[in-house]
Amino acid sequence: MASTYFNEMYQEGAVRPPYRQLENWTADMPAELRSLKQAEAEALFRRIGITFAVYGEGGDPDRLIPFDMFPRVFTAHEWARLERGIKQRARALNAFLLDIYGRGEIVRAGRIPARLVYQNEAYEKAVAGFVPPRGVYSHIVGIDLVRTGPDEFFVLEDNCRTPSGVSYMLENREIMMRMFPALFRENRIAPVDRYPDLLRRTLQSVAPTKCDRDPTVVILTPGHFNSAYYEHSFLADLMGVELVEGQDLFVEGEFVWMRTTEGPKRVDVIYRRIDDAYLDPLCFRPDSALGVPGLMDVYRSGGVTICSAPGAGVADDKAIYTFVPEMIRFYLGEAPILQNVPTWQCGKAEDLKHVLANLPELVVKEVHGSGGYGMLVGPKATKAQVESFAERIRAKPGNYIAQPTLALSTVPTFVEEGIAPRHVDLRPYCLVGERIELVPGGLTRVALTEGSLVVNSSQGGGVKDTWVLAG
Amino acid sequence: MLSRTADNLYWITRYMERAETMARLLDVGGRMALLPSTGEGFHSEWESLLQASGTAEGFAHKYGDPVQRNIESYFFFDRDNPSSILSCITQARENARIVRGALTTLVWDTLNTAFQEVRALERRPRSELDLSFLTDWTMRHSALLRGAIDGTQLRKDGWDFLNLGYYLERADNTARLLDVKYYVLLPGIDFVGSGLDNYQWTTLLRAMSAHRAFHWAYGGEVTSRKIAHFLILNIQSPRSLRSSVEGMTDHLDRLARGYGTSGQAQSKARALLAELVETTVEDVFDEGLHEFLTRFIGDVAGLGGLIHETYLSGDVR
Amino acid sequence: MILSVLHVTTYRYELPVRGVVQSHRLTPSNFDGQRVLSWQVEATGGTPGGGFRDGAGDWVQGVSVRGPVSEIAVRVSGEVETTDLAGVLRGHRESVPPQVYLSGTAATRADAALAELGRDAVAGAQDALEAAHLLSAAVAAAIVYKPGATHAHTSAAEALARGEGVCQDHAQALIAAARAQDVPARYVSGYLMATDDGTPHEAAHAWAELHVPALGWVGFDPANRCCPDARYIRLGSGFDARDAAPIRGVARGPGSESLDVTVAIQSVQQ
Repeated sequence: MASTYFNEMYQEGAVRPPYRQLENWTADMPAELRSLKQAEAEALFRRIGITFAVYGEGGDPDRLIPFDMFPRVFTAHEWARLERGIKQRARALNAFLLDIYGRGEIVRAGRIPARLVYQNEAYEKAVAGFVPPRGVYSHIVGIDLVRTGPDEFFVLEDNCRTPSGVSYMLENREIMMRMFPALFRENRIAPVDRYPDLLRRTLQSVAPTKCDRDPTVVILTPGHFNSAYYEHSFLADLMGVELVEGQDLFVEGEFVWMRTTEGPKRVDVIYRRIDDAYLDPLCFRPDSALGVPGLMDVYRSGGVTICSAPGAGVADDKAIYTFVPEMIRFYLGEAPILQNVPTWQCGKAEDLKHVLANLPELVVKEVHGSGGYGMLVGPKATKAQVESFAERIRAKPGNYIAQPTLALSTVPTFVEEGIAPRHVDLRPYCLVGERIELVPGGLTRVALTEGSLVVNSSQGGGVKDTWVLAG
Repeated sequence: MLSRTADNLYWITRYMERAETMARLLDVGGRMALLPSTGEGFHSEWESLLQASGTAEGFAHKYGDPVQRNIESYFFFDRDNPSSILSCITQARENARIVRGALTTLVWDTLNTAFQEVRALERRPRSELDLSFLTDWTMRHSALLRGAIDGTQLRKDGWDFLNLGYYLERADNTARLLDVKYYVLLPGIDFVGSGLDNYQWTTLLRAMSAHRAFHWAYGGEVTSRKIAHFLILNIQSPRSLRSSVEGMTDHLDRLARGYGTSGQAQSKARALLAELVETTVEDVFDEGLHEFLTRFIGDVAGLGGLIHETYLSGDVR
Repeated sequence: MILSVLHVTTYRYELPVRGVVQSHRLTPSNFDGQRVLSWQVEATGGTPGGGFRDGAGDWVQGVSVRGPVSEIAVRVSGEVETTDLAGVLRGHRESVPPQVYLSGTAATRADAALAELGRDAVAGAQDALEAAHLLSAAVAAAIVYKPGATHAHTSAAEALARGEGVCQDHAQALIAAARAQDVPARYVSGYLMATDDGTPHEAAHAWAELHVPALGWVGFDPANRCCPDARYIRLGSGFDARDAAPIRGVARGPGSESLDVTVAIQSVQQ
């Protein structure tokens, strides 16, 4: 079976060029050294504190995502194409958001059904008619990609709200450089450490209209019990900005202020890591204690910028996903560089029929789900699981989409018995502000269980350092 | 700096100082338990420690009679006791995790290590852990953290808040320890000046790790006046009320200079220091040691309130 | 008709609060049926925040009050010239597409009874406008006006089940029933001069707007079994009563809050 998957290192018995150096590296590494290094890596992660917090399940609340030392490598040429495709997609998604909160040309033109846009749960009436600074809604676009062949990449999904995981991209590299400096001397690997600086510049570039000075940026976190708190504090630290909770901010007059030991300090740009619903109890959920009362009024009157913009979630809805190639053609007049995975909408009668007839071969996802929970992987499911999932689909077909099971590429991975191929995906982080920026790299997630195609950390996934070789 | 960040920093050190005080109290208790029976028995000594630490009610609710092993568990490991050493270290570490970015790697590492170790200790059978090991362990980690803060933190406002937490908690704790001795430990007023009295004073000194320092400073016989002077007024004694208040005043003044504005917290700290500078040990005993200490504890709490209002609450403009 | 309004909302706090932030939808917008002649909104001790016209065409104004404060009065006064357009919201500038108002909220979710009420009402309607009128009439018939029977958080489904309610319940029930029939519908808050002789009286009011393709948004007031005319002043709209509330606010502090509202409206000129 394994031979039907694209192995990124070995092809027809030969090592593909980007992995050549790594062949010697692993050949020269005795097993004891490997386990020693693996232990060292884990100790480093713990010391630095790069964990995700899981409260309420007992045991140590600080969990580590398994880190695999075997890097994933792209050539400069491969990356150049990915970069063009990712940036193209990020531009189109932002054009779409600006359009649907403006005149809605793409709906008027009949290219996307009005229902999918205007009755979308993520659509925010509160921002209709508002043009955020530089017309950007989604400032950090995380695009999940899978590879099925030397030149075949598919976009699995877009993340336009607050994609997480970038701290792993940075820390994985940091740890690899500490542990294997020689590797970095032998290979010319493009650095990723500009990311925090680029992120800060991106955020500063979307300062609100009323800001007439060097903009003050903050990161808004739901708090230290949040599983991604480490990432929030890590990014704040690297960017040199304050990490705030809702209680640290307040609205007075036309601006948002933070409570400091020296009195109130004005805040211009908020990179929020909380959901729309919790941003402002006056506008959204009235019971939210995580947000800032009055924030939305300040936002809409140009006193503060919220990144990503409230309402950006419409663009990464799984039902909207199908239309992204259409957006690229409609707004940019270009042909999509990256392909979508063929997708069946269970809400359509014809698609539903096909899906129900072919469930054992398909992957079915919930339209609004995340994290691989509300999901069926047909080829891995038992007959009973398939049948019970079919019931769920029949009950609410509009909630599900289905895709063929993709032959995700594999990358060599350290496992108990040595080195073995494991399936991977890739999430690069595209920054959209005054300019569109993409650091050469991303987060490679790896399914550590043999044969598994699910890379989510909540389902036994790990992470790898992702290299882009300099051209 | 964010007010909430300052608040977290301030509480890291308050909790760590409190953990150390708990260890000192346990040490006092352990030594007193070695004292030959006075008729009142050592039960009452343990009872007084519970009173002193303000945890008597919680303990009685959970364990009933004060038995040494239970008290050790309660003071050291009990998660239901918010002042137990485990609780304090857990709280300090959680506060640190929230403001991880405001701490140096060494400070975080030191505190995180203490936290990981105390959790490991918790899993070991109690019979393997004797009292002096536990108290030494606590003091060592407390000292390591203080050293890490002193040696690596930038001398910015964050450093001042860390130190304010230490000094404020220490001023409060020293006053309470001293008050315990005078007010709680002695079975009755006729024991003042007795052998039991002197033994307790000496024990107290040992608990404050000040036994040798005291003899260098005063020599001769241990008397209540000398000890009161040493722990209240002596500027050489690192845990004296005077030293603690001086520390608070210094750090509040540094904040005022850094922020370019001085307020009620500074005035209150200076007034408190001025009073201590003027006070003699006779004044203390004229007022009554207990009365003096009660007033002092109230003043320190008031100062804590002003620090909170001015810097930590985020409501001042 | 020229209508004059004085609307005072007083918030009293049991314990002084550290600060108050409010969002006001208290300024009528101009359209063919109403023209603002003069208008003022003042909050005691309030600092005006950002103001903007939202996608639904309503003027939204933030206000903050620095504490400690134990009482805040929001005073709205002004004059509006109105014209009877039989409920049609002609000449109103807004950019939110009507389809948006097909989405329900918790307060306007149609349960089986509301869906059935809507279905029965529109059966036999010749066109969308007639259907809208029938829906409004059905809601008016199903919910008897009875003050005190419901409260601010009563949902449309609960109000219908009780069969009693006030204008808020009528409006939300109509919205829910209309949406269940795929008719975009929204909540409108405003003022109504309800006495014939134009004498001052309590006048805060709410009704619904339904979208009729040929006409655009059309107001329906099931509580009074009519469409808004020259006696109505339209303040703003939303998905439901909460979303369209003229004042939304949060006070920072412990203790409870009490509210006192007086609205007087009169005709100053025939």
